[in-house]
Amino acid sequence: MNKWLSPRSAFGITLIVVALLGLPFVAAMGGQAWVRILDFAILYVFLALGLNIVVGFAGLLDLGYIAFYAVGAYAWALLASPHFGLHLPIWVILPIGAGLACIAGVLLGSPTLKLRGDYLAIVTLGFGEIVRIFMNNLNAPVNITNGPQGITLIDPVAFGGFKFSGTTQVFGYALTGPMKYYYLLVALAILVIIINLRLQHSRIGRAWQAIREDEIAAKAVGINTRNIKLLAFAMGASFGGIAGGVFAAMQGFVSPESFSLMESIMILAMVVLGGMGHIPGVILGAVLLSILPEALRYGVGPAQMALFGKQLVDPESLRMLVFGLALVLVMRFKPAGLWPSPERKRELGEKRMEVAK
Amino acid sequence: MQAKLSVVALSVVAAFALSACGQKEEPKPAAAPAAASAGKLEVVVKLGHVAPMTGPQAHLGKDNENGARLAIEELNAQGVEIGGAKVKFELLAEDDAADPKQGTVVAQKLVDAKVNGVIGHLNSGTTIPASKLYADAGIPQISGSATNPKYTQQGFKTAFRVMANDVQQGKVLGEFAAQQGIKTVAVVDDRTAYGQGLADEFRKAAEASGIKVVANEYTTDKATDFKAILTKIKSTKAELVFYGGMDAQGGPMAKQMKELGIKAKFLGGDGVCTPEFMKLGGEAAEGHYCSLPGMPLEKLAKGPEFRDKFTKKFNAEIQLYAPYVYDAVMVMADSMKRADSVDPAKFLPVIGQAKYDGVTALIEFDPQGDLKGGAISIYQYKGGKLAYVETLGGTTADSVKADVKEAVAEVKEAAKAVAGAATAAGTEAVKAGAEAVKSGAEAVKEAADAAKAAVEKK
Amino acid sequence: MDIFLQQIVNGLVQGSIYALVALGYTMVYGIMGLINFAHGEVVMIGTLVTITVAGSLIKAGMPVALAALAGLSVSLLLCMALGWGLERIAYRPLRNAPRLTPLITAIGMSIVLQNLAMMIWGRNYLTFPALLPKVNFELAGAHFTFIQVVIVLLSGATMAGLLGLIYRTKLGMAMRATAQNPAVASLMGVNINRVIAAAFVIGSALGALAGVMVGTYYEIAHYQMGFMLGLKAFTAAVLGGIGNLAGAMLGGVLLGIIEALGAGYIGDLTGGFLGSHYQDIFAFIVLIVVLMFKPSGLFGEKTGDRA
Repeated sequence: MNKWLSPRSAFGITLIVVALLGLPFVAAMGGQAWVRILDFAILYVFLALGLNIVVGFAGLLDLGYIAFYAVGAYAWALLASPHFGLHLPIWVILPIGAGLACIAGVLLGSPTLKLRGDYLAIVTLGFGEIVRIFMNNLNAPVNITNGPQGITLIDPVAFGGFKFSGTTQVFGYALTGPMKYYYLLVALAILVIIINLRLQHSRIGRAWQAIREDEIAAKAVGINTRNIKLLAFAMGASFGGIAGGVFAAMQGFVSPESFSLMESIMILAMVVLGGMGHIPGVILGAVLLSILPEALRYGVGPAQMALFGKQLVDPESLRMLVFGLALVLVMRFKPAGLWPSPERKRELGEKRMEVAK
Repeated sequence: MQAKLSVVALSVVAAFALSACGQKEEPKPAAAPAAASAGKLEVVVKLGHVAPMTGPQAHLGKDNENGARLAIEELNAQGVEIGGAKVKFELLAEDDAADPKQGTVVAQKLVDAKVNGVIGHLNSGTTIPASKLYADAGIPQISGSATNPKYTQQGFKTAFRVMANDVQQGKVLGEFAAQQGIKTVAVVDDRTAYGQGLADEFRKAAEASGIKVVANEYTTDKATDFKAILTKIKSTKAELVFYGGMDAQGGPMAKQMKELGIKAKFLGGDGVCTPEFMKLGGEAAEGHYCSLPGMPLEKLAKGPEFRDKFTKKFNAEIQLYAPYVYDAVMVMADSMKRADSVDPAKFLPVIGQAKYDGVTALIEFDPQGDLKGGAISIYQYKGGKLAYVETLGGTTADSVKADVKEAVAEVKEAAKAVAGAATAAGTEAVKAGAEAVKSGAEAVKEAADAAKAAVEKK
Repeated sequence: MDIFLQQIVNGLVQGSIYALVALGYTMVYGIMGLINFAHGEVVMIGTLVTITVAGSLIKAGMPVALAALAGLSVSLLLCMALGWGLERIAYRPLRNAPRLTPLITAIGMSIVLQNLAMMIWGRNYLTFPALLPKVNFELAGAHFTFIQVVIVLLSGATMAGLLGLIYRTKLGMAMRATAQNPAVASLMGVNINRVIAAAFVIGSALGALAGVMVGTYYEIAHYQMGFMLGLKAFTAAVLGGIGNLAGAMLGGVLLGIIEALGAGYIGDLTGGFLGSHYQDIFAFIVLIVVLMFKPSGLFGEKTGDRA
């Protein structure tokens, strides 16, 4: 990991920076839709890194992560839309969203501290559903979330007079809405990556790792497992909350449908597929899984035409089928993920029969 | 192993096709307008169509797409000429899986492809967020099925729909219930934007007509078991169960009502007015009511013809919205013809002035982009078929009703006057007065009948 | 009172269906510690296969009873093969992988099976042929049907049969041994591959049975029906203590009754604030409360560190 920050790889970093800056222009050649897909990919990177703190670092299986995303999205939607007539600026709403999500994380964390493994999984899953169902129903007796109708006309991100929706001219280049969001998201994602990297090798990071490997032993060496676990939930949740806020602003519309269980499962799949606990792996997983279905949307139809000369099956159905198969195949041949951390790889060799138990 | 290999091969090919696709995307749209200005050449007009092709509403999505395909093929067969060039219509069919996020991605894809217009989406939940993208890009959008009032209330000049919205429909359903002499009703909705919106409007209209809402119950659009809520409804002895939701839940719900021995009538909106509902409800669907925007296909001049064409072409029954989607495409094409241009900037302003005699209705838009005078028809399930009952609502119907109300008020006033005179002038005068009132009442009745006839004619 | 009784009947039947599906989850979990997320999809395939087989046989003029039997057997066999295949292709190679790996595989398989089913049976809702005679009973004001009685009895019988299998047969002993410690079990001469495969095959057979029952009861099927059902059943299994057969049964029935009573009465108790729109989360709330006090479910043994 430290290799990334050493001077030797300064060239590498420059390369990455240039690539990141130029990427939307390359994508825009294929159409703004690709920039939008990129935006969502980075949003998922953001979410996956947040979940990685809970699942990857602390080893707590969370199937309800989308709830925090939902809290953040609704916080933005309620505070910056005509629904309540509020139009607060970003530096007020984002912290509120993150804070609310953080509180939600602690709320979920505290009663489930005693639970392990699959019991924790089902409770977090339940929590995610509870949050979604409440958002779907809190339009009566007092209309808070506007229920299934969702909230429309949400304000875009804006710094002063600079709005992130619509096209503006910057230094002679036309920057479209999705492109501006791309740069915002990249900036936020880099921030999260740095926080993640710093966390991983801090005292807290090591404490998480200790809990992941053996909670009882961790307790025995004097780690306050309760607080450390709660911290993992709270931190993961805050990232989810920020991502949710940006999502709401970018979409201009939120409704409870966007926060279904399947989304939680997808984010978890990103973390595991990429390589749990390994930051570059998680990023890879998130980018792959968010782009793959969209890429298949463009690719499956023409591929069939090329192979068979006609459409044998609907491209739409084949798309999800290929996606499912990809999940199975990757797990079959790369059980620790596409890009696992070196330690994890080593452990795999040793842990014989443990899991079958 | 063979299978796995082929999958790998497939994904590799997909990747290649993809990279190729990304480059191909640009030149096409540029070519279309160029060709248009050049004249003689064939102009390709791309219409986007979006509906869920995956997920629980996939069957409706396919139906919509078929409706659009039929329209496009007919247009191409007719050989439309616009701006002096022969026009070839092309359908770009996309899947949004009824998911708002995918809805915006797909919308962006269509905007990139520089489509000349968009037909859809199917669900209000995806139509609303997508409409912003189309509005920003100045691409006209006509939905044949998104009935949520919010869609056109956002103030976008590009948003139109060729179907009555939930407010219009819920209102008519509430009035219909009152007209049937219903005193108590239980309202169930599926907590989707459509179901909840419709149920809310129905509830308002029913209460305004003096019906008591004795139970508000809820389910989901994925549920199969409704016995718990139905049992509760049974305890309230409601005379009518109103359901805001889709056929896949409505059918089994009607069945379970029967199993629980509930005698109440069932009433629902367009979501349950489908062959699917009767298939799923079986005998239990018998005698219940539902509504559809517009008039029945059989009552429409071009309805049966459309049904024949559709079933012949796709070897499938019309599910629900296909005729509306068909009309949406036709209105779009008609507007291009009237503007004599396929450029959205040129033909968008004239969509609002459309006066197109479609399969489903005479299509005119109000300033918001909603269908003008959206009439609603009530149907009853009889012998495994939807039997037409009557048509309510619509602008003409409303104005006639207002006339009747005025007549009633006049007669009442007359009666009052007569009564006043009577107390002064004794019994004989009363008799005469009573007769006057009677004739007045008859006049009102006649007016009402005439109104009904007028509505039916419409 | 008759309304209360009716709600209990509703809950009991719904719960028995959950239980039947939950037994399949628990069977696999008890032995391998694996959440077979694709189990709901096995149930779905069981239902759809029965529709195709029994439906077409009835159309061809075969007596309903025979067609039902044929449909049930074909669907049982196919689902058993499917379960075996799932284990062999997707899960067995992952036995030594990190714990979350098979979970993702299961999710992937679930997506694959759903989309395959969509390609085969289409996107429309299908009607399930009436396989059992429709007889309505009324007892103290509560309505119930013959099918409901069959479902409740069948899930009870299935659980009893499974308990017999686990505690009275040699295979059962091998299963218990594998569940406790696969390494030691294999040293004792247990062929753990066969035992695990057997657990999957039996679990999937239960899934097919549940599918046929669900289909017969609701007379409706769809390629996405397995997901919610699987989720609820899984919740039921955890509520009862996952890995425990009697617990799965009890958890299922409890869940069904909680949902029915919750939808029926909570609305009135809270003045309409918490009505049937929260039906789907009553179960989760009860689950969270139970797990706060009994972290391994009502009947679960204390699990080791699986996290």
